[in-house]
Order: sequence, then structure tokens, then C-alpha cells
Amino acid sequence: MQKLTYLKDVVTLSLNQEKCTSCGACLEVCPRNVLARNNGSVDVVDRDACIECGACALNCPFGAISVKAGVGCAMAVINSALGRKGSCCCNTDTKDYNMDKQPSSSCGC
Amino acid sequence: MGRPSFDQPFVIGRVASATGDVPAVSTQLELTDYLGSLKVRFSINRMKYTVDPGLYAVGHPDKDSPVLVTGNYKTSFDHVRRALHGRDVWLLVLDTKGVNVWCAAGKGAFGTNELVARINSIELPKIVGHKKVILPQLSGPGIAGYIVKQLTGFRVIYGPVEAIDIPKFIDNGLRATSEMRQKDFPITERIVLIPVEVIQSIKYVLLVAALCFLAGGLLHTADFWNKAVAGAKFGLYASMCAVVGGAMLTPLLLPWLPGKAFSMKGMAAGFLVFVVLITWWYIVYGHQLSLIQILAYLFIISSGSSFAGMNFTGCSTYTSLSGVKKEMRIAVPIQIVAVVVGFGAWVGAGFIS
Repeated sequence: MQKLTYLKDVVTLSLNQEKCTSCGACLEVCPRNVLARNNGSVDVVDRDACIECGACALNCPFGAISVKAGVGCAMAVINSALGRKGSCCCNTDTKDYNMDKQPSSSCGC
Repeated sequence: MGRPSFDQPFVIGRVASATGDVPAVSTQLELTDYLGSLKVRFSINRMKYTVDPGLYAVGHPDKDSPVLVTGNYKTSFDHVRRALHGRDVWLLVLDTKGVNVWCAAGKGAFGTNELVARINSIELPKIVGHKKVILPQLSGPGIAGYIVKQLTGFRVIYGPVEAIDIPKFIDNGLRATSEMRQKDFPITERIVLIPVEVIQSIKYVLLVAALCFLAGGLLHTADFWNKAVAGAKFGLYASMCAVVGGAMLTPLLLPWLPGKAFSMKGMAAGFLVFVVLITWWYIVYGHQLSLIQILAYLFIISSGSSFAGMNFTGCSTYTSLSGVKKEMRIAVPIQIVAVVVGFGAWVGAGFIS
């Protein structure tokens, strides 16, 4: 069966080729084959398959990947909009993986 | 951080390690394990289905054996131990508060801090001679492998997505194939999610029925009971059809429903249910509903089903937060308008008839 993909041209993933050392740490963690090695260097090959889980950015030792990571869950968006907190998977606290800084991954649940 | 209890049903013995005895676990699942997982699938005891965190043994591991890491949601733990039949490995269970690996990683419970603290508390360097820990690939959103290495000296190796592939992964020299790294969403995985979706919808069905009961009665106080019961029936039928569309057909038919947005897929599924309902009523009862009543059903069922379908984004494995926000910006206003129009039509129909 073909890979299921979601909306086109929405994800916040980007790869900074200047910082990338092609170590391949991101290739190991991506569950959607978004990244691949092309002639030795790592490239984004299937952007629309990205689910913004943030695994690649978190595991990149060189801060070469940035993505606004969160859960793709409508109820979480609603809970956040209503200011609800507490139960697990309840909100959309995004972890903003920006080049240079690593976010603190805190759990509110 | 305490040690895991030996008094857990799946513990079949003890294995000596450099830091004391470790519970040895069975690699065969019993009827109670299957029943426990089934209950969770029906939303019973769902957030409390746990095993003790800490170090376990599978088979007779020694200082050269691989160390596998998982979370303490019992269904995850069961999948892993069953996959390890006939192997000698250490199994390190993190405290993920009973949540599965992927969701726990997304929320940080299956996180770098927890893994580092657990490696330190069980004194892993005394137990094994090597410096590798094997993690489920889907823990990636919570674990920064290179930081674990900096803090503990242990290298994080991401194993396959599915526990069933672990033996092949180990035999392959701790290398995963491209297939082992991909997360899909096949029909079997979608079907098992349906019961929880439906059970969680019941409160909405009852709420809608209750509101329609009150609205029906209060709008026609002269004939309170008859109209209230008619209202409750309308609310019950319409919302149950919405649940069938959004919480059952949407997961089931996901790849084949039109559109990419789940709200669109849910609406299409709701329309399908609406057509079946109206056709069935027409065959059984003949011309019973007015056009405006039929429109009321159409709007309520398709908007409710669209909403329930949209909520399935959270269970799916291929949606992104940016995408969900985008579809909600368009879908939620449409859903609200459709609900208002639907109830308006129903109220109007009540006065006309």
C-alpha cells in the first residue's frame, strides 16, 4: 500500500546544509522516511510526509534541523485553545527546535 | 527509584546481576495478558495499565548481552517480551506513566532525563561490559541520543519501530532495514482504535440527546412530553449516525475517503451514513420525513461526523500539528455553521409540521 500522507506544504521542517555534517542521526529516527542520503549528503526528500514529531531535530548534535514539533491532534489543539491542562496528550505545547538552541523537554502530564 | 517487584504475574524467576537479583520475565503471553490489552482497547483501566519500571531479564543475560529499553505501558512491555522469545537480553523499563512509547516520547516522559536517571540508578555500567542501549525508534521525539552519550557514556542505538522486528534487528548486527524504520497505519491498527473512539463519543451522544429533549419540550410546552421524546429521538439518531461516520467508518475507510483533511473524510463518511439512514427509513416507513427534516439530519450528521473524524487525527500516525491547525481553521467554522443550520432546520420543521 502507498504511504499515507497528510496536507501538502504545511510542515515547518527545514534543514540547514551548512551545519549538517551528514552524520545520519536524523535518518535513524525519522519514522516517515522524510530524509535520505543523496550522494553522501543528507537531504529532505519527502517534506509532506513529515509529521513534525521532532525526533530528527532533537537527535541532531549539530542543530542543523529546525521544526516546530508537536502532536498532530485536533483535541490537543482544542484543549490548548480552551486552556485545559492536566491529562496526557492534552495540549499542543510546541517544542521549537531552532538551530543553535536545544529546548528543554518538560512534561506536563 | 526502587527496583521492580518480583511479585508481578509475568515474572518467572530471578537472574543474578552484578548489582543483585533481577526479575526474569516470561516471553509467553497468558490469557490474562490478552484480556488486559482487550480491556484497555475498550477504554477500561486505560491509563493505569502498567508494570513496575526498572531492570528485567529475558532468558539468562550476562555482561555481554544487549540492553533494550521500553516504556511501562503493559501492552508495550508485553509486545517486547513476546518478541524476545529464546533470547538473552536485559530489558530496561522506563517510567512512562503507563503511556505507550511514542506518545510518552512526544510528551517527554520517555525522555533523556528519565533514561539517564534510570541508567544511573540501576548502575548499568556494573551490569554490562559494553556501552550500548537499544531504544525503540519511536522514542526519538523524547530522547537526544548524543546527550545520553555525553551524560552516561552509553551510545543510544535506535532499534526498529515494531517490537516484532527486534530479533531480526539484533541478528542483523543492530542495523534496521528501511522497512523497519517506517511507521505506517494499516487497517488492523486502525480497527483496534475504533472501540475507544466510540466509547469516548457516548458522552456527546447523550449530551446531544438531552439537549434535544429539553429543546423539543420547551419549544412546545403545550405538548411537552411528546415533543421532548421526539427531540431526544432526533438527537439520538443524528448523533449516533455521526459517531458511526466519524468514529467507525472514518478509521476503517481512511485511505479511501475523499480528501486529505480528516474533517473532510469524516464529513464524507457522515454523508454516507446519512444516505443509508434516509434510504432505509424511506423503504421501511415511506414518505415520513419532510424535506426540511431531511436537511436537519444531513447537516447534523455530516458536521458531527466531520468533527469526530477530525478528532481521529490524534490517533493517526501521519498527521502534523501544522496540518491539523490548518484544517481546523477551515473546518471548525464550517462545522459550527452546519450544526446551527441543522438545529435551525429541525426547530423550524417542528413549527411547520
